[in-house]
Amino acid sequence: MAAVTAETRQPDLREAKGWRRTKNRIMTVLMVTSFVVVLIPLGFVLFTVIAKGASVISWSFLTGSPIPPIVAPADVGGMWPAVIGTIEITALATVMAVPLGILGAVYLNEYGGKNWLAGLIGFMSDVMTGVPSIVMGLFIFSIWVLHFGFSGLAGAFALGCLMLPIVIRSSYEMLRLVPNSLREGSYALGSTKARVTATVVLPAAIGGIVSGALLAVARAAGETAPLLFTILVVTTPNYNVFSGANTSLPSQIFANANQPYPGAQDRGWGAALTLVAICFILMIVARIVTARFARYSR
Amino acid sequence: MSTITKVDPAVPAGSTHPLEQRRPLGDRVFAIVALGSGLLVLVILVLIAVTTSQQAASWFSAEGLKIFTNTWNPAANQFGALAFIYGTAITSVIALIMAVPVSVGIALMLTEVVPYRWSRPIVYVVDLLAVVPSVVWGLWGILVFAPWLNHIYAHIGSAVTGIPVVGSLFGPPTSGASFMTAGIILAFMITPIVTSLSREVIATVPAIDKEGAYALGATRWEMITGAVLPHSQGGIVGAVLLGLGRAMGETIAVALVIGSSAVITPHLFAPGYNMAAVIANQFGEASGTFRAALMGIGVLLFVFTIIINVLARGIVERNARLKRGA
Repeated sequence: MAAVTAETRQPDLREAKGWRRTKNRIMTVLMVTSFVVVLIPLGFVLFTVIAKGASVISWSFLTGSPIPPIVAPADVGGMWPAVIGTIEITALATVMAVPLGILGAVYLNEYGGKNWLAGLIGFMSDVMTGVPSIVMGLFIFSIWVLHFGFSGLAGAFALGCLMLPIVIRSSYEMLRLVPNSLREGSYALGSTKARVTATVVLPAAIGGIVSGALLAVARAAGETAPLLFTILVVTTPNYNVFSGANTSLPSQIFANANQPYPGAQDRGWGAALTLVAICFILMIVARIVTARFARYSR
Repeated sequence: MSTITKVDPAVPAGSTHPLEQRRPLGDRVFAIVALGSGLLVLVILVLIAVTTSQQAASWFSAEGLKIFTNTWNPAANQFGALAFIYGTAITSVIALIMAVPVSVGIALMLTEVVPYRWSRPIVYVVDLLAVVPSVVWGLWGILVFAPWLNHIYAHIGSAVTGIPVVGSLFGPPTSGASFMTAGIILAFMITPIVTSLSREVIATVPAIDKEGAYALGATRWEMITGAVLPHSQGGIVGAVLLGLGRAMGETIAVALVIGSSAVITPHLFAPGYNMAAVIANQFGEASGTFRAALMGIGVLLFVFTIIINVLARGIVERNARLKRGA
């Protein structure tokens, strides 16, 4: 008996052998492969857009006007009406959706807390991020365009509806990270709730809120479907965003994509490169803002 | 007490106690404005349902249950939407079959395989897929990707002709624009959201569970199947459902690459149509019942995506709550 206890076997700490080890290796390789699989289409699409777009893009392409008919070669006219349309409509949508979204998040985190209404609003705003963009277009068409006609404003409403839940969600996540001690410190100095929120909580979370808003803008700038039935298409620049039909870069890409004419396709690629550049710049600025100004993070 | 009230200039003359005073007007206004902004979400969702249904009412009343038949012929005033519902289902399923294993694989790699400092750059790269606008995917899809895929389809098609089931699924293609192409592009587009949600869920697996599995001598893969996946499967199902919702609603890329032909066929390499794409392509020249029919397809799409999103968010939230409690 004594001999047996003395010979207590050491645990086997070596790596698993045979099929178990092979299976582990196979699955690890598969996981890494899944990432590589994603890189291929991403690299493919970016390479094509840059290769085909770079030869089309020039100063006159970006600032020339009007947009020529589809049969014209690529060096006639320019995309200025679409560039200015995209800027106007996205800016107007941002001005509408970002403040409302931040205020909605303030309600959810500062006022609602755990009550049922805040729970419902938070849940439904998450659900609203899943509403298809084409449905937003149909919605604005039936509630606005049928009564007041096509305009950049209608397009901005549709984009704003898409941005609102994204801004609410990202701002809410940032407000939640602000430590309660900051709020309590401000209350102890006698501030009202509005003042605490506006001067202490929001400045503490501003980095993350701005970054989330920029990502929402990047998403909205690339949307085509909500604009199809809200702004129509024009070929000359429309500087009045509140009335009259307008156009945008995504709409122009969509209009040119299915055309057999090389000029139209070139214009499509040039507009695509411009649009991708705008979206990537917005995203990079958002990352920089997050890195530089986010005081509290997970 | 009374001395304090007297020296505090912020207290109105009539109030009895500094802590019982009414909140100042600005404070109440701010609270109401914030509440209003929150309620705006609910208002918009209700308005979407009401206004689009109103516009679609004539379709629903004129066709009744015939909206679910397969006869789409605007010239003859026939508006059965079954082919589009079928196309939406098929393309979403193709997208999920391709995107889910890849997304869960990336999520597992990020949380369990690569060192922490690498995970952020990898997340940024995967998120780039979501930054590329839908219409750019469509442009690339129809001008570059579909013609390229068509060669592959042709090879597969000629290889499988004559085989019973596979032959009818993967027969010879007509052009690159097809259900399959649309599904593949949708897979690219929904990979980022499925990845990021799965990663969030997998990151909540307690370290003690994983260490327990390792302590029992498990390899990494055995640890994943034994500790990580059972713990996070509910959340992953939610993430997949959200991906499904995205795939169903994605419009412009699909409108460009699906081939625009309202047919119901098992042939995946044949051109087809789906709900979002038919609205995008035909709404411009539609009027009367035609427009109401397209609006009605939008209502159906809205209802489907709302149901799926409510389910998905419910699962994700319930899962998160259960795991936090555990």
